[in-house]
Amino acid sequence: MLGNRLILMEDALLLARLQFAFTIMFHYLFPQLTMGLALLIVILKVLFIRTKKLSYNHAAQFWARIFAVNFAMGVVTGIPMEFQFGTNWARFSVFAGGIIGHILAMEGVFAFFLESAFLGLFLFGERRLGQVAHLFSAIFVFLGSWLSGYLIIITNAWMQHPVGIDVSAASDPNQALELISFSALFFNPWAIWQYLHNMLGAVVTSAFVMAGTGAYYLLSKRDETYGKIFVRLGVVTGFIACLLLAFPTGDGQGKNVAQYQPQTLAAMEGLFETKKSAEMILIGQPDMEKLRIDNPIPVPGVLSFLTYQRWNAEVKGLDAFDRKDWPTNIPLLYYSYHIMVGLGTIFIAVLGIAFLLLRKERLFKTGWLLWILMLCVPLPYIANTAGWMTAELGRQPWLVYGILRTADGTSPLVSAGNSLFTLLGFMGMYALLSLIFIFVISKEISNGPEHLSHH
Amino acid sequence: METFWFAALAFMFAMYGVLDGFDLGAGIIHLRGARTNDERRTIFNAIGPVWDGNEVWLIASGGVLFFAFPKLYAASFSGFYLPLMIMLWLLMLRALAIEFRRHIANELWQTLWDFVFFGSSLLLAFFFGAALGNIVRGVPLKGGYFFEPLWTNFRVSPEPGILDWFTILFGLLSCSILAWHGANYIALKSWGNLYTRSRILAKYACLAGGFLSAAALLSTFWIHPEYFTKFSDRPWGFVFLLPAIFSPPLGLFFSWRGRDLLAFLCSSLFIFSSALATAFAMYPVVLPSSGDPSESLTAFNAAVSEYGLRIGLWWWIPGMALIIAYFIYLYYTFRGRIGAASRSTY
Repeated sequence: MLGNRLILMEDALLLARLQFAFTIMFHYLFPQLTMGLALLIVILKVLFIRTKKLSYNHAAQFWARIFAVNFAMGVVTGIPMEFQFGTNWARFSVFAGGIIGHILAMEGVFAFFLESAFLGLFLFGERRLGQVAHLFSAIFVFLGSWLSGYLIIITNAWMQHPVGIDVSAASDPNQALELISFSALFFNPWAIWQYLHNMLGAVVTSAFVMAGTGAYYLLSKRDETYGKIFVRLGVVTGFIACLLLAFPTGDGQGKNVAQYQPQTLAAMEGLFETKKSAEMILIGQPDMEKLRIDNPIPVPGVLSFLTYQRWNAEVKGLDAFDRKDWPTNIPLLYYSYHIMVGLGTIFIAVLGIAFLLLRKERLFKTGWLLWILMLCVPLPYIANTAGWMTAELGRQPWLVYGILRTADGTSPLVSAGNSLFTLLGFMGMYALLSLIFIFVISKEISNGPEHLSHH
Repeated sequence: METFWFAALAFMFAMYGVLDGFDLGAGIIHLRGARTNDERRTIFNAIGPVWDGNEVWLIASGGVLFFAFPKLYAASFSGFYLPLMIMLWLLMLRALAIEFRRHIANELWQTLWDFVFFGSSLLLAFFFGAALGNIVRGVPLKGGYFFEPLWTNFRVSPEPGILDWFTILFGLLSCSILAWHGANYIALKSWGNLYTRSRILAKYACLAGGFLSAAALLSTFWIHPEYFTKFSDRPWGFVFLLPAIFSPPLGLFFSWRGRDLLAFLCSSLFIFSSALATAFAMYPVVLPSSGDPSESLTAFNAAVSEYGLRIGLWWWIPGMALIIAYFIYLYYTFRGRIGAASRSTY
């Protein structure tokens, strides 16, 4: 009987985790574009106001339409995220509500109102507002979305590296945590690198989407004025953002992991044994039974150097930690991390070459590279998702690192049957939404920016 | 301090009811009030720039609930698991209907989204009403948690479902009141046939809402007589109840005389004051138990520590001031009626 009950609870836990994972991954496909695109639209508006070239304004209007669809998708898939803390993670909400509730409430009060009010003005008010006020409404949408991103990151950063509380008093998962320092939440050392890294990731997504769309127009020999604007703006911002993603933000984030979550670092890198001059593995599959990497391609010493700036420094492997504190799904964590880093490297290469060819507009005639730019559009989405999977899988088995285990955070009375019902509901709903979304976006892209200039 | 946050939450939810109420209501009357594509576009243009901001009041209220009363947030969100998830799906369909419709100028495409917009708005209005009914009636709390199936036997019993006769009454009340409110808003923003039809719809919906609210008020005092004694003990609470009683007949009168702004203010006043009257009647209880009253969650046993509540003031008060400024600017920019022929994004 007791065994049976345990299995049921495990089912409920697994379904609650799957539902959160599924809904957050789907949700984040949209904000990663809108946060970056908000910046690019501001740039286009500024270019228009400074050069008075109408094509920049039509370009901004074109992207505003794409932005609006993505924004709406982001909003409607984002509300379930806030709700799910209460619906599926009720014990976590009671435990940590006094801390993260603050931040999420502030997100609503400061970021969402700013974003939504000024988006209404930006999308509907160009005629009523005039150009300068219209630019400012775009700037406020940008600020609102980046503020929203910051508040979400400090929420996640607090779960990764809890601050502002009395950790020694936090041993009982049934006892609600008390906030003792509000400002500590905002200056969490984990949050700074995570925020910059994340936002640059969003810029890269929007840069690839913009450059890829431009490449599509150039290759199809239509809307070519706009195709050139899109490719140029996308490649320049994307290249800068990519470099900053690797250094210093990716590097800084890696050092945070090494310092605060050493077993996560070992699992990400597939380092099973503690060793000096630890290698970085480029390719290889973790074998969790034999605790080793199959067919590895290692580069000796690199991991030690990146972590401690010394080639022969000792890096702790998984063997140095208690097995019950190991991340629960090490192979998936390892792959997520390697996919993120691998794609990031490819982005630097592709955008670097494209950036060099922008001189004297050679890129616009280089068909093969335009093809690559166009086909790369899905990759930053995968990289951003893999990056977040690294962060979230790396935190396991903890919900709040070192304080609350994921299994202790669920809702006590929501049964597995009801969770499965809603998980299936979300899957069906999101499958439908994706189809309609792709249909609408492809319609907008096939209409193109030139179409807008005739109105 | 707990009382302050109780009042702040009541205020935020009331604001949500007033603001998102009219765009939900516009959805309820969408098919009946607007017949031609131009008229339907007018409805979307009337709510287009503002509905998203209005909906943020719900999200922000949820956030404040989470931070100030985490136990209430955890208990109610996990207990109302099924209806909340259904509401989320409806919110998705509705928001996307508004957004997707304008992207493709095709009659079938737009008719589809007109229906989705209408259906999701109506069901949302019903579920919001039923949710309020559940909170007023009480839920089977035990040790700080509960779980309600969608329905049991439709009776008000210690083991109720989300839907019973009482909460269904609240659901219908909410549909008619929001239809009234939405019709008043569209009457305020439109010309021509749409304007005429909205005024007629406003009158019918107002009559229905008036009768249903009388029924809801009486049945509330019948199943929870202690709510009534709150008003007799502290008569200043009638400040909230009286406007709720007088605004429907007044609104009807203004609609009949064609005073559109005053009629709209009446329906706004009704929603705002009846929300505050409900909060007043329930205080300090935030979620009553349908069984043992000692299981009820109150503003005091569900709140976080004093430090957290005090810190909250530092951002909540300036935050509200900013929001009110945004809203004034937003509504001021889009003031005035929208002609059917006006060039629009839809």
